[in-house]
Amino acid sequence: MGEWLTPAEWEAVRLSLRVAFWATLVNLPLGVLAAHALARRRFAGREALNVAVHLPLIMPPVVTGYLLLLTFGTQGPVGGFLDEALGFTFAFRWTGAALAAGVMAFPFMVRAVRLSIEAVDPKLEQAAATLGASRPWVFVTVTLPLILPGILAGTVLTFAKSMGEFGATITFVSNIPGETRTIPLAIDLLLETPGGEARAARLAGLSIVLAAAALALSEWISRRVAGRVGGS
Amino acid sequence: MDLAPRRGPGGRVVTLEVAVRHAFPGFALDVAFAAPPGVTVLFGRSGSGKTTLVDAVAGLLTPDAGRIAAGDLVLLDTERGIRLPPHRRRLGYVFQDGRLLPHLTVRRNLAYGAWFAPRGARREDMGRVVELLGIGHLLDRRPAALSGGEKQRVAIGRALLSAPRMILADEPLAALDEARKAEILPYFERLRDEVDVPILYVSHSASEVARLATTVVALEAGRVVAQGPAAEVLGDPAVLPAGAREAGAVLAAVVVRHHADGLSELDAGGLALFLPQVAQPPGVALRVRIAAHDVILSRSRPEGLSALNVLPGVVHEVRPGEGPGAIVALDTPAGRLLARITRRSAAALELAPGVAAHAVVKTVSVAPSDVGGGRRPG
Repeated sequence: MGEWLTPAEWEAVRLSLRVAFWATLVNLPLGVLAAHALARRRFAGREALNVAVHLPLIMPPVVTGYLLLLTFGTQGPVGGFLDEALGFTFAFRWTGAALAAGVMAFPFMVRAVRLSIEAVDPKLEQAAATLGASRPWVFVTVTLPLILPGILAGTVLTFAKSMGEFGATITFVSNIPGETRTIPLAIDLLLETPGGEARAARLAGLSIVLAAAALALSEWISRRVAGRVGGS
Repeated sequence: MDLAPRRGPGGRVVTLEVAVRHAFPGFALDVAFAAPPGVTVLFGRSGSGKTTLVDAVAGLLTPDAGRIAAGDLVLLDTERGIRLPPHRRRLGYVFQDGRLLPHLTVRRNLAYGAWFAPRGARREDMGRVVELLGIGHLLDRRPAALSGGEKQRVAIGRALLSAPRMILADEPLAALDEARKAEILPYFERLRDEVDVPILYVSHSASEVARLATTVVALEAGRVVAQGPAAEVLGDPAVLPAGAREAGAVLAAVVVRHHADGLSELDAGGLALFLPQVAQPPGVALRVRIAAHDVILSRSRPEGLSALNVLPGVVHEVRPGEGPGAIVALDTPAGRLLARITRRSAAALELAPGVAAHAVVKTVSVAPSDVGGGRRPG
């Protein structure tokens, strides 16, 4: 076998990127929203939201995957409804892998953004309000630009975490080539296959390179943003 | 007092009415006052509830109970359940700590409020405000690259350009050193004299009050102890929130001529006042502040004295202070003066209401920083 990666392995790489891309894209607005609510709002159920956001971080990933299966599987309340009403399924599809990756990475996004929101002086937001900016405008014109570095950090963490998600994915949507077999699942399978160690090592190396590249990119962007936002 | 809403020539609402009750651990705020056109200074020592009041007016704090109205517009009425959010009150707030948006240039900070102002609102011209505040050379900088005084000038401009119904300023000079204070204060005077916008100004500095105020609301421990026209309130010995040390009266005067020996002659109610050369040309109206500790009282007209300014008057009130001091209010043709003397002297001179006395004011004691600019000609 002269190729560096087999077509099936390339497929796993492409699939991983696609899963991570969508997981990150959906997490971005939801994570910023949840982080803002946790950092700035006082409401009933705030503590419950905080726990719910962090559960995937502290529960065994298998348990998260199992809960996803119960909820979003074709027999589950949400999964069943989506399947019947919209013909949309998570079960054993790459969308399910993206959902599992997104849920597992969500606490990372929320924590990074929340920290940066808490670092924004509420007095600045008050000042903007006295100048005529409504709450949404204050958020868009003051809070958002000031937390951009935090959002970037959260985005990179989320992307990297999504690329590497294993336990919840394999429990929820199994290990199906071309559909849910992302890089970690492919590595797992290769390690179980006699003579597959060398190919597993190549995939492992590739995932390290991808993670490092993502980190380097975020560092570069956040340096530029920090220069633009400036200290005060 | 006339509390009916009044409007300025530009349709700007010019009377603010405030009645607020709010309980804090340890003290309660319970005040009612009206801020007519001009500069209304909330005057009192720290902890008297000034900032709470301004925050309540701005909508940054909701008091336990109260009603706040700017002319016809009710900003807050706890009884009727009305609470206008800060962004719909359109009150330009100049904070003590500037609070410029760090990610925007000075130009964008200035334009920020204007962008949210309603279409029909009366706007100030950006170029004029920039010129008024002398910040043209700062427009492309970010707040981090500004000095404290520059930040406050930009903050004033930003508030002014948001087409505000009124300007609120909470000790805008408190974070600055003396030199910077002297740099900023004239801009507030220009605002008062050249821009038709009412100002609610919080201060604990008697000299700031003397220079800026058209109306004074004196607060002590959460209550209004006096309110009314500046000269009246500052001439009232009961109003010494900053302590007898800072007591002083404000007189209105007009520049008559500048003498060759470096003195300027002013006319205050027909009496001549001499003070070190002022910058204003003859004909300009000024306020002069005379600190109570710079006034000596005499029952007879003193002679053979080095002091140039001797004002005849009649004692209005003698108010014993804490310790050995007393404050004497003296009505002179120039206005009411305050003198700080000892109780022993007050007894020795038999000072009592209705008694004639002369106030001796040392020329040098009328400090230039207490000479406020009046309306400029033209």
